[in-house]
Parts: sequence; structure tokens; C-alpha cells
Amino acid sequence: MDEKRPVLRVRDLTVSFSMYDRGWKKKSLEVIHSLDVEVMPGEIVAVAGSSGSGKSVLAHSILGILPQNASVKGKIEYMGQPLTEEGQRKLRGREIAFIPQSVDFLDPLMKVGRQIKGIEGSDRRLREVMELYGLKEETADLYPFQLSGGMARRAMIASAMMGTPKLIVADEPTPGLDTALSENTLKSFRHLADGGCGILLITHDIDLALGVADRIAVFYAGTTVEVCPAGDFDRGGEMLRHPYSRALAQAMPQNGLKAAKGSQPYAGNLPSGCLFADRCPLRTEKCGGEIPMREVRGGKVRCLYGA
Amino acid sequence: MNRVKYICFTAARMLTLLIGVCVISFILVSASPVDPLESYIGPESTMSEEARAEVEEYWGLNDPPVERFIKWADNTLHGDLGRSITYDMPVSQVIFSRFWYSLALILTAWILSGVLGFAAGILAALRRGSIIDRGIKAVCLVFQSAPVFWFGLLMLTVFSSILGWFPMGQAAPVDKLAEDVTLWDRIYHLILPAVTLSILGISKITLYTRQKATEIMNSDYILFARARGESERQVVMRHCLRNISIPAVTVQFASFSELFGGIALAETVFSYPGLGSAITDAAMNADAPLLMGIAMFSAVFVFVGNLTANILYAVIDPRLKEGGYRA
Amino acid sequence: MLNHITAASGEPRLRERKLNSRKKIIIYTVVAGIYLAMVMTVGLVMSPELYGVNYGDRFIAPCLSHPFGTDFMGRDMLWRTVKGLSNSIVIGLAASAVSSVIALSLGILSASGGKRADRIINWCVDCCMGIPHLVLLILISYMMGRGGLGVAVAVAVTHWPELTRVVRGEVLQVRTAQYVKAAYKMGHSPLKVAKDHIIPHVLPVYLVGLVLLFPHAIMHEAALTFLGFGFSAGVPAIGGILSESMEYIVTGKWWLCLFPGLMLLIAVMLFDMIGEKLNQLFNPGSGNQ
Repeated sequence: MDEKRPVLRVRDLTVSFSMYDRGWKKKSLEVIHSLDVEVMPGEIVAVAGSSGSGKSVLAHSILGILPQNASVKGKIEYMGQPLTEEGQRKLRGREIAFIPQSVDFLDPLMKVGRQIKGIEGSDRRLREVMELYGLKEETADLYPFQLSGGMARRAMIASAMMGTPKLIVADEPTPGLDTALSENTLKSFRHLADGGCGILLITHDIDLALGVADRIAVFYAGTTVEVCPAGDFDRGGEMLRHPYSRALAQAMPQNGLKAAKGSQPYAGNLPSGCLFADRCPLRTEKCGGEIPMREVRGGKVRCLYGA
Repeated sequence: MNRVKYICFTAARMLTLLIGVCVISFILVSASPVDPLESYIGPESTMSEEARAEVEEYWGLNDPPVERFIKWADNTLHGDLGRSITYDMPVSQVIFSRFWYSLALILTAWILSGVLGFAAGILAALRRGSIIDRGIKAVCLVFQSAPVFWFGLLMLTVFSSILGWFPMGQAAPVDKLAEDVTLWDRIYHLILPAVTLSILGISKITLYTRQKATEIMNSDYILFARARGESERQVVMRHCLRNISIPAVTVQFASFSELFGGIALAETVFSYPGLGSAITDAAMNADAPLLMGIAMFSAVFVFVGNLTANILYAVIDPRLKEGGYRA
Repeated sequence: MLNHITAASGEPRLRERKLNSRKKIIIYTVVAGIYLAMVMTVGLVMSPELYGVNYGDRFIAPCLSHPFGTDFMGRDMLWRTVKGLSNSIVIGLAASAVSSVIALSLGILSASGGKRADRIINWCVDCCMGIPHLVLLILISYMMGRGGLGVAVAVAVTHWPELTRVVRGEVLQVRTAQYVKAAYKMGHSPLKVAKDHIIPHVLPVYLVGLVLLFPHAIMHEAALTFLGFGFSAGVPAIGGILSESMEYIVTGKWWLCLFPGLMLLIAVMLFDMIGEKLNQLFNPGSGNQ
């Protein structure tokens, strides 16, 4: 029974920011809406979507580190229990680890060793983890600006290992790395997952995600339009359920780089009903209404016609 | 550019500036229509022509400007700054004896404004938008526009005249002999002028710290620190303070220039016998050598302050150590 | 994405009160401007009899007929203060104008006159900043013979270094901007480019810089007269009034220093505020304060 319980379960998550426009008019900007995603123990779920679609906000809301002008609605459950603010405060850095996007997330004036160690780690654990990620002992005495891109990346992944994470949220952990290094990074994720950890991998690089993830959550304009096994993206994506996912699959190099027409709607200016409707070949009048998430062939899709 | 090279380069550039300042000061002082001789012997003097010429010769007033400058520079480099008419002492002696009073004043005010301003700035940034923040900001705006000498007069009125807590000025009780003056007497007389002087720089450092600390608290590495379970207190202690102190210290060192200007005002208000009141006296009494000497000394003082700031920056910021910043 | 949002919003409560702040900015600026202009004009046109000597009314504490009290010669402090402040504002405005013209010329020359000019001007700027401002003011006043003219000249020729830097930066920035380069490539004459692109870009920054010079100039004028430079004792100047008041603090004549200083403080704060508000209006990109 315990095996089947998801580490993380996000239901109907909506995140909005109150913003001040030009002219100081206050308005609410919905960046994520009705988002559903689940991560089982030992599983890597990739949240894939193009940049600027609010994926980082998803990561930040799970960790409870959104800025004050954000408001969150919906349910986030950790190990079957609702994740409260109090819970987030207790768990982050211990059971829930975050791997950030870039070296900017390291304190420029603190030596790398101390930063990896954080407030939870011990010196012994620090040595172990640094060795595990191929960071030499001298690295501990360097400052972030002295690290190469790859070293910084490994240092940040190593820092996630200081606690005993059961859930890792990794936000774009690979850009800026060469192919070998990024494959290496993903391999280490696989290794962690095989140890029983659930991993939520946020990326814009669907190709990379397919290489390592068990399931893919396709993210479009602030919501998940489809959640499916990674294998469904094979063979030109004919197994996929949502027209956007299929367009994504078609746009991959091995499928001929056929990009979908149009562009994602901007968060401040979303249509009602299906967000993909204006670019969709299957659109009908019903697409303007509420679109629920449906179970189709072992996956989930937010489309009236996905089959 | 590595650290040593950076420091040498900065020092060399500052040195040319220092020389430039001396030349300009000399030109300004010697171009004055105020006749030092006149104020020295008084306009109604019945001095004979010969005696007059002798005095002119003594001051070198008949030489062409360039020659006078060279003579002056030569003397200066040999440690002879001339003789002050006002105090009837060598200028170097006047500066030396008064510098300690001014230094005590400047350092106290410098530390006071630095510590209070830094703390207030951080507090305002952490409670941004709150009543505390707005209060601190309002006080800063007032202090920024408050004339130092007026503030000094108010302090005198309230704390010395009305409440009687502090003396009416001077650096020591007037009725005591110099050898009887205790350290406490000195501190007691220093408090009001120092507080007055400190309002000169406090808003700058407060507003700067507030701005910088806000930027830092919104930075990615603070976000990451929070994501790793650091409490608000830990975030501030471990990351915010360290990152803000380097730029704040630099800004604070750069305030030496303003502080030196401020002592002229503060010392005049409190009749405090430092360099500030001396430079005013010098200008009022047409005491050219003393004016020149203090002006040059102030430039050296600013020079040392800026150089210290630059060196400190190079020493405490690891990013300047080698290779500069990496994008 | 997230950072973008954080940067764009921040302190929601403060901003909420700034709703429609464009209108508010204009109202504040106009009110402050009217007040300052009024003080200045009243000071310029008033009859000196208003603050004439009247030994019968010496040292009257503030009351209805003398809101700011009277001094040791029985002169009304309100009118003396207004007159002094008016003088300070006039000198401050004139001096800022001179300084800003120097700054504009040097800034443009530095940014477009080649490497050597740039280096020399930068050196001059640093040189001027290498000596405490007040010391420089004293030296120049001394050179000019310590009178009222000396104060005005000293204030006028020492306030350009910061603005020179600002102007230089702006000109450099706009000169290297793509659209300006494109305009040159399209064969537009330097004069046309300057008129169409450079002046509209630099002018607002320059004007704001000019207004922000006022408070400094006024404060320094007051400081110099306080130290004893400037006009003879007969001409009221804020600094002079405060300097006189020093003698009477011991005897508890608090009003002699409180009100004139307060008026000076208010004037300086208002000028400062006008500058900041204009900055928000003209250069909305620069800082969100």
C-alpha cells in the first residue's frame, strides 16, 4: 500500500500574483491555474513546457518560497498529508530538496563547501557527497565565481543531498552544461530515484526529459495539459492524447522539427476554456467551456477530443 | 587585474589627484585680493616702507607666482608649511595640535552614523513597507536636508541651554587647567558635536543599506537559502549581512570628505578647537599659509579615506582577488 | 519569470497608496513650486521696513504680531527669515544654473570629444571631489574676497562634478544605442541626430539634475554665510541669521535659531522633493523609489 502512495500530489493548483501595471493599476496575474501533477516514490516526473510558462512558480509554490504578493489556491499533498506552510518550513532542506537553475542561486560571498553543507549537513556527509559528485576537496574552499558551470551545477545537486530527501524539485538543472555533463546529471537523478526518492524535474528541454523521466507532464500556459508515460512520445507522438503534446513531439529534431503555429497566450491575458484552442486543429465551439482533466489510456489529458 | 596591481593603480591615480588639488588650492589662495600683509599688520598701520618690504620679503610676496609655488612646494616637502599669522605658530604645529580634536570628532561621528545607519537600513529593508520602514525613511529625508549647523544649534538649545545636560561647547571645561582635564571631560564635551556631525552622513548610509539589503533579500541566493530550510534569522545572518557589508563599508569610507567639510560647521557651532574652526579663522583672518595647509591636509585626509575604501574593497571581496567577475 | 514578477511588484501596500500617482506627483510639485516661488518673490519685493530696527521690541518671544519673535535689535524674525531665505533661493537658483551649464558642456565634451578630453575632464571631476566640498567653497570665497559675490561664485562653480558624470553617462549611452547608430548610417547629419535623438534623451536627465542641484546650492550658500562669508550683517541671509542666534542660545532665545532653520529645512526638502518627483515623471525607469 505504502508504495502506491504518491510523495507529492498537486491538485487544482492556482497561483496568482497581484501586480502593478503601468499607471499603477492593481491587477491579479494568474501564472498557474488548475494544475495537477503527481510524483510517486522512485519516479521521475518531468514537467516540460516552453520557457516563460510559469514552471519555476510551480517549484517555488511546492517549497513555499513564493514572494508575498503571491496567492495560492488548491491542494498540495506530501506523503498523503496536506502540505501546510508550517510543514513546508519544517520539510524544506530536509525531506524536500530544491535544485535551482543557475549559479546565481549560490551566495557569491560564501565558500562553496559551507554552502553545500548548509544548515543541516555535517562535515562527514559533506566529504561523502562532494566525492560522490566528483568535486575535489579543494573545491570546498572556492567561491562560486571560481567554479565552472558544471562544478556549480554539481555543487547545487550535492547540496540537495545534505538532508535525506524524499522529494527533489529540480528547476532546469541542465542548461549551460555540455551534453556529457547534462547526461551525467540526469544519470545521478536516476540513481537518486532508484534509491526511492521522488523527483519532479522541471525543464523546457523535452528531449532531455524523455531520456530520464518515467512520466511527462506537458505544461502549457500555466497548466498541465497532459500527463503520460514517457514512452508515448515515441514514434512521432502518435500515442499522445493532447494536440499540443503532439505538436511538441512533432517539433522534436528526430521528427522533423515541425513547429506549431502561433504562440502561447500571455499569463495576463488568458482565454477562457481551453488555452490551446486558438492554435488547435481540432477546435470546436465546446472548447470555450470548462475543460476537465480526463483519464485516457493510462494517462491524463485536458482536452475534449484527446483519445 | 589582480589585487596588488589594482591597489597600485588606484593609489597612483589618487596621488596625481592629490597633487592637482594642491596646485589648485595654491592658485586659489594666491589669487585672492585679500592682502595678507594688510590683515597681518592692520590697515591703519604706520609701518615704514622698509619694514613693510622686509615683511613682504619674509612672506615671499614679491616673487612671481610660479616661483612662489615652487618655493612653497619645496618647503612643504621639507615639512615647512609656513607660519600661521592667526595663532603665531608654525602651520604644521597648528594642524598637528588641532588634528587630534577633529579626528576624535570625525571618528566618533563616523562610527556612530555607520553603525546606526547600517542597523536602521537593514531593519527598514527587512520590514519593508511597515511603519518602521516608513518612519526610518522619513527621518532620513529630514536629516538629509537638515543643515548641520542648524541641527547643532538646536542640540545646544535643547540639551545645553534648556535641559543643561551638556556643556555649551569647547573641548574641555573652561575653568580647568589643561593638565587637570580628564578623559571623561573630553568625552563629555565631544558628545554633542559628534552627534551633530553624525547626522551629516547617517541618511546616506541608511538609505543605501536599505536599498541594497532589499535587492539582496530579493536575490536568487536568498531564495535558495530559504528553499534549503534556513529561517529568516539564518538568512539574514548567514547571507544578507555578509553581502551588504562590503558595499556599505565602502560607501561609509567615501563619506570622509563630507565629514571633513562638516567639522568646519560643527566646530564653529560648539567652539570646538579643531581643524574646522581653524580653517574658518584662517580664511577670516587672511591667514594664507594656514588656509593652504589645512586645505592640503583635508585633501590628504580624503585621499587616505578613499584609498582605504579601495584597498578594503580589494582585500575583503574575494571576487576581486583574481580574474575579476565571471559572468 | 519569478524574479521579473517580484521586481515589478514589491511592497504592495506602499504602492496601493500611490494609485494614480502621476496626478499626485504633479499636484505635489506644483504646490511646492508655488510655495517656493512665493517665498522668493515676497522676499524680493518686500519693503526693508518690515524687518527694520525697533529697539523697543527687543527679544519678543513668538506671538501673534511676531510669529517668529524678534531679535536683539527688535527686528521681526519672520520677515528677516523670508528675506534671507529669498536671498538664499535666488543665489541657489543662479548658482545651480551656472553649475548645470558647466556640467552640461563638460559632460557632452567628455562623452563626445575623444579619449583625451574624456580623460582630462574625468580627472578634473575627481580632482574637485578630492577636496571636501566645504573646504573648496571656503577657498573660492577667499579667492573672491569673501563677500556676497564670493559666496555666489563659490557655490556656482563647485556643483558641476556629479552632474557632469550623469550627463556624460547619458550621452555615452545614447551615442552607442542602436537607433542612433542607425540614424548615422542613414546619412543623417550630426546636427539632426543630436536634435532628434540625443537632446530628447539627455534633456530630461539634465533638467532633473538641475533641480536636484538647488537644495545643495542653497544649503551650501547657507553654510558659507553661517561661517561668516558673504554679505555684510545688514543684508539678511539664513546662514547669517543663524550665526547671530548662536550668541543668544545661552540666554534661552530659542526662537532665533529654531524658525529660520526650519524654514531653510523646509525649502531644501521641497526642492529635493520636486527634483525626485520630476525624476519619477521624466525617467520612470530609474529606481522605483
